[in-house]
Amino acid sequence: MYLYDQYDQQMVDARVAEFRDQAKRRLDGKLTEDQFKPLRLMNGLYLQLHAYMLRVAIPYGTLNSRQMHALADIADKYDRGYGHFTTRQNIQYNWIKLEEAADILADLAKVEMHAIQTSGNCIRNISSDHFAGAAKDELVDPRPYAELLRQWSSFHPEFSYLPRKFKIAVIASDTDRAAMRLHDIGIQIVEQDGELGAAFYVGGGMGRTPMIAPCIKDFVPLDRLVTYAEACLRVYNRYGRRDNKYKARIKILVHEMGSEEYTKAVDEEFARMLDEGIEPPFAELERIRTFFQDPAFEAGASEEIDRSDPDFALWVDRNTVAHKAPGYVSAVISLKPVGGIPGDATSEQMRLMADLAKQFSFDECRVMHTQNIVLPHVRKADLHALWTALDGAGLGSPNLDTVEDIIACPGLDYCSLANARSIPVAQKISERFAANGKTAELGQLKLKISGCINACGHHHAGHIGILGVDKKGVENYQLLLGGSEAEDVSLAKITGPGFDEAGIVDAVETAADVYLRERQDGERFLDTYRRIGMTPFKEALYG
Amino acid sequence: MADLSSENDTLIRYREDDPVDHAAVTVDSFLDQSSASAVRVEPGDDARELIPHLERLALVEVNFPAFGDGRGYSSARLLREAGYKGELRAVGDVLVDQVAYMRRCGFDAFDPDAPLSESDLETALSRWPEVYQSAADARTPIWSKRHA
Repeated sequence: MYLYDQYDQQMVDARVAEFRDQAKRRLDGKLTEDQFKPLRLMNGLYLQLHAYMLRVAIPYGTLNSRQMHALADIADKYDRGYGHFTTRQNIQYNWIKLEEAADILADLAKVEMHAIQTSGNCIRNISSDHFAGAAKDELVDPRPYAELLRQWSSFHPEFSYLPRKFKIAVIASDTDRAAMRLHDIGIQIVEQDGELGAAFYVGGGMGRTPMIAPCIKDFVPLDRLVTYAEACLRVYNRYGRRDNKYKARIKILVHEMGSEEYTKAVDEEFARMLDEGIEPPFAELERIRTFFQDPAFEAGASEEIDRSDPDFALWVDRNTVAHKAPGYVSAVISLKPVGGIPGDATSEQMRLMADLAKQFSFDECRVMHTQNIVLPHVRKADLHALWTALDGAGLGSPNLDTVEDIIACPGLDYCSLANARSIPVAQKISERFAANGKTAELGQLKLKISGCINACGHHHAGHIGILGVDKKGVENYQLLLGGSEAEDVSLAKITGPGFDEAGIVDAVETAADVYLRERQDGERFLDTYRRIGMTPFKEALYG
Repeated sequence: MADLSSENDTLIRYREDDPVDHAAVTVDSFLDQSSASAVRVEPGDDARELIPHLERLALVEVNFPAFGDGRGYSSARLLREAGYKGELRAVGDVLVDQVAYMRRCGFDAFDPDAPLSESDLETALSRWPEVYQSAADARTPIWSKRHA
């Protein structure tokens, strides 16, 4: 994985010093909250319902064991012994004191980590495919391109006061595991006539106006990648709406201009920028690539897995994914125990995952946008030992991509924007399906819950989505069907009137039952919905 | 005409030449008249309209009515990219925490609504030992140093 050189280290160290100074000026009363807010936000510090929340960047979700240990130590030292992994492959701490925030950043800097641009109206942490470098179907590892863009976007002088936040995802396979087309910019590394290049999808997003990004350029040569991104951003910075924060994302600009006009403006800007020396030399990309070479996979590693323990066999079937190296898999550690809080991990669990990553996965683990952790490179021969250790720590839930593997935002339990709680709904749904035994039968069923219209829980992209709203002071939950964040991307549609907290759990089960009744061979929930449409579900829910 | 700069104790310049001695006009009036050599660019103005006339401009003020409106950073940078060599002054809600980025975008003068303390300014401008990008200033990006 990428390691800092002295330059990268100087930059994070300078950031710690800057933030320490800013926090001190705030605490001394020299900065008003209004003046301090954008500064703390660019360091990932939010003021939530009960305390400050700190969001730490995990570039493209990749961590080594030392970093995961540091995250555990921070949870113990400055928080309440746990952290929350997010849909942007980051981690959040929910109980932070302003007085200690700079110390946390200093602790992070010691392990080549930071909270730079994890919030605010700037280019956020770059996300990527959580199976990068391991997936059987990828063209190349997408992370070097994500790292190149991370450096370009860090402390970008022109794009730090954008109309709104800006999220970029980079993938390099036709299978989309990063919700690429639901980002402000989605980049897919592609091959054309033997050359690598980048396809740019611009103007996707969730929030209150979900949109799927159109492809504005099917091939940008790799030695123009940064320049093209710069052109995309400049057009947005100049013309993106600033009159209404709900219309300020780039998706609205692309929609209102039309993607052809937007592309034309970008191409004109790009042409002017070509001689400006914006692009790092190709040698820099090559330097970054050397950090992402394959680990030393054991040649001839055994393909055998002893499946005599049925619980283990179930976990292998559900939670491991094909790997490009023979005898290896990627193993997903579910942070979705039945009745648990999606994405939460205790410091002890983090330490265990760190140690297992070191022991079994070349010292590397990844945060998935589905709020789980993956050990990317595990020998099949080691799976039983790995599972035994995980299972003993409450980390062995065999439920990847099932109805129990719920994405949920923090909701009204923590978030000052939320209208409704998300976590208790997720807990009740996973408990319901664990109790009725339908989880296995339902197979792949992606369920995503947001506690408000800002859609941090990706409800638009759920096979089943749930949106919490406030209805005359009472929490109410709308049900949505038919979304997908993957390569078959689609936006979910609302079924009809909402439900109360107990009612939404029943409604999810009702929708699941319609699928079980109507499905044809091999269909997932999403496939059946797409074939039969909304009507049978509505009849079952409201008829 | 009065020398505005001599009465203006909030103005900070990183230039050797004398400040322009008359007030800036709006982009529209600048484009309509030939005599002005100072213009003020508002966030909604298209700074590119000035490019055919850069030769006769000595001062471009870029107004930041609110510091969170970052359009002025692009206005500044594209003028520098187009070869503008005159004074580029950030005016309005310009805070010490933004000046380092503004310098990188080509601003070489600041006239903030609220005065900036010299020591705060010094700290802010010397904060970053390195930069990751090439921009409108002369700083060498990290990637260039790595492959020097």
